Amino acid sequence: MYNKSTVIPGLFLFLAIVSFPLWNNALGGKPRHSPDPKLPTDMKQCVESKEYMRDYHMQLVDRWRDEVVREAKRETISIAGVHYHKSLSGTCMKCHSSKKDFCDQCHDYLGVAPYCWDCHTFPKEKTK
Amino acid sequence: MFEKALTGSRKYWMLVFSLAALFLPGFFFYFRQLSEGLVLTGMSRDVSWGLYIAQFTFFVGVAASAVMVVLPYYLHDYKAFGKITILGEFLAVPAVIMCMLFIFVDMGQPFRILNVFLHPTPNSVMFWDTVVLMGYLLLNIIIGWTTLGAERKGVAPPAWVKPVIYISIPWAVSIHTVTAFLYAGVPGRHLWLTAIMAARFLASAFASGPSLLIILSMIVRKHTKFDPGKDALQSLAKIVAYAMALNVFFILLEVFTAFYSGIPSHRHSLTYLFAGLDGHTALVPWMRVSVVLALVALALLIYPATRRNEKFLLVGAASVFISTWIDKGMGLVVGGFIPNPFEKITEYTPTVPEILITVSVWAAGFLILTVLYKIAVTIREEV
Amino acid sequence: MIVNRRELLKKAGLAGLSVIGGSALYQLISGDRVLAELKNSPSKSTRWAMIIDMKKCARDPGCADCMDACHRAHNVPTIADPKREIKWIWKENFSHAFPELENEYIREDLKQQKFIVLCNHCDNPPCVRVCPTQATWKREDGIVMMDMHRCIGCRYCMAACPYGSRSFNWMDPRKALAEDQINPDFPTRTKGVVEKCDLCAERVDEGKIPVCVEACKEKALIFGNLSDPSSEVRKVLSGRFTIRRKPELGTRPEVYYLV
Repeated sequence: MYNKSTVIPGLFLFLAIVSFPLWNNALGGKPRHSPDPKLPTDMKQCVESKEYMRDYHMQLVDRWRDEVVREAKRETISIAGVHYHKSLSGTCMKCHSSKKDFCDQCHDYLGVAPYCWDCHTFPKEKTK
Repeated sequence: MFEKALTGSRKYWMLVFSLAALFLPGFFFYFRQLSEGLVLTGMSRDVSWGLYIAQFTFFVGVAASAVMVVLPYYLHDYKAFGKITILGEFLAVPAVIMCMLFIFVDMGQPFRILNVFLHPTPNSVMFWDTVVLMGYLLLNIIIGWTTLGAERKGVAPPAWVKPVIYISIPWAVSIHTVTAFLYAGVPGRHLWLTAIMAARFLASAFASGPSLLIILSMIVRKHTKFDPGKDALQSLAKIVAYAMALNVFFILLEVFTAFYSGIPSHRHSLTYLFAGLDGHTALVPWMRVSVVLALVALALLIYPATRRNEKFLLVGAASVFISTWIDKGMGLVVGGFIPNPFEKITEYTPTVPEILITVSVWAAGFLILTVLYKIAVTIREEV
Repeated sequence: MIVNRRELLKKAGLAGLSVIGGSALYQLISGDRVLAELKNSPSKSTRWAMIIDMKKCARDPGCADCMDACHRAHNVPTIADPKREIKWIWKENFSHAFPELENEYIREDLKQQKFIVLCNHCDNPPCVRVCPTQATWKREDGIVMMDMHRCIGCRYCMAACPYGSRSFNWMDPRKALAEDQINPDFPTRTKGVVEKCDLCAERVDEGKIPVCVEACKEKALIFGNLSDPSSEVRKVLSGRFTIRRKPELGTRPEVYYLV
């Protein structure tokens, strides 16, 4: 190999830099920021379980979208005897009313920017 | 074979960097268009397609015209076109890419483009247009690359290329027919609602494409050792002459039907384009220039003495190209929207960002053309 | 065994293409759920239509109740530049709404009157025919619906509509909507999608009538089910002569006008 004395240490340096997040966290470096979604205080039950929602809320919302808009299946969902529409603004955000304190917490942390709210409105954040 | 495009003369690199420089301003404006929306263009609720789609419509024709060299050479063994077919195929590739880029920059939600493939819609002509354009792009890349690669190695191209070439011939006709159907199948736009729309498209395609090929061949011949041959250029010139004559004839047929029948919906758009309607005359100077250029082109290309003189041939070819670019681009697309369904008139003028983005796509297309031609010419010069 | 780089590229490309092609083919064969439903749908028991009684509408020439109600309920922005305006329901002169019926000696009141125009929810809609992604489609009950999530903003539907019923969001509509104007029960749209009247599908599906119909104080807008012989729309249509916009185009518009 040409320039072995430069290439091999260079490769190791590169691998070290690229794997920084892994070994830094393993060695106990605290992450500067972790998501802290604030759950609604008044409602205890969501449309589905917490575990399901954490993993599948995207697919759920997409399914609602297709059912409501494309198939006109507007049947309500019942939670503890109360009926709710399949609606992001109308149902989800009625309880999870602060986008900043709930939705954005995980989305910002993971660097995803769902464009739902380009169209779907949510309650105005209290400026205080 | 790509490495052939990475070495070249000073002139070559100057061309490449000039085109790259032309590309940049529009590229940045496109990001502004993405964030602000198509409000950056001159389009409106009434004229909802403008410069971008006009360019798309015109360049589908240029792309289809590769068939005009492929068909005589491969189907009828017309030896004079032997050298020029690769230039035709390598013109079709950037032309189709330009078409796709123009569609992309025109879309309101371009990042949803995959929806066209995730939800295929056989009843939509636009779906089929996407399919045939992608297929045509693939065909020309495969054909051009394979035949050139074989030539470089000094062997005959592999047997499977022949049926692919034969398929590309009706496919070329199909891309332009389907694009014509985009317009001709729509009930409310009377400038477009004509049975001869596809025929007009094909005639103007076979005039505009080969005329560009003539111009490009002359440029290539001047700056490299590659000469497609005088016979090839003369044959192309005759094809352009006949195709342009047919194109002009078809337009006159439209004018006759509109004005002899006297039906207002048929007449209004043509009146707007060539004479102005209710004081609105934005496109009139353009259309009149298109007419004059068409007549100049026909005179120069039909009369043998001027056709054989390559200086006049160049003027004639350029006239055809510009004339069809006006009439098939802005004339057809914008004219179809005026007057609007309420018989009111909203005119259209492209904005500066819109024009710069258009220039960007042109620059990108010509850059790809330059690279492909460089590869082809270099290999030909070596062989 | 892949021997060299060329072979690897060729095989990878082929594999990629066959995955994409295969899934597209599968989609094509299995079909969109909407199309499948339309194919298997039972005989239509509901066919919505609207009749606009222009004689009643004429009683208050300056009235804009239906338009205001619609635009307010659906967060339709008020854009100053007429080139980029968005309108779901609005007024046009008789000569503009019915250009082929115009004549110099027509009844004076028709010359002066402004006609209510909106999407006709055609029975044979050209906009649906041309949409490449089925972002607009005709429902079983006749409503020509929009899915703003799927629209790619190609504006082919706008070219295809012979009535000029469709509007495009040239910019972010929220820039033309004040905070307090936004109805929280209906989304806004975003830039780059087409929109039009959806016959208040969200209300009709819950047994209510469209907001424009509800808002009209003269009861000039009649909304009903054409498939029900005892509905008001059927009674009116069988009793009085109506006109529709551009019927010669074969679109079979389902908005009828009493003049």
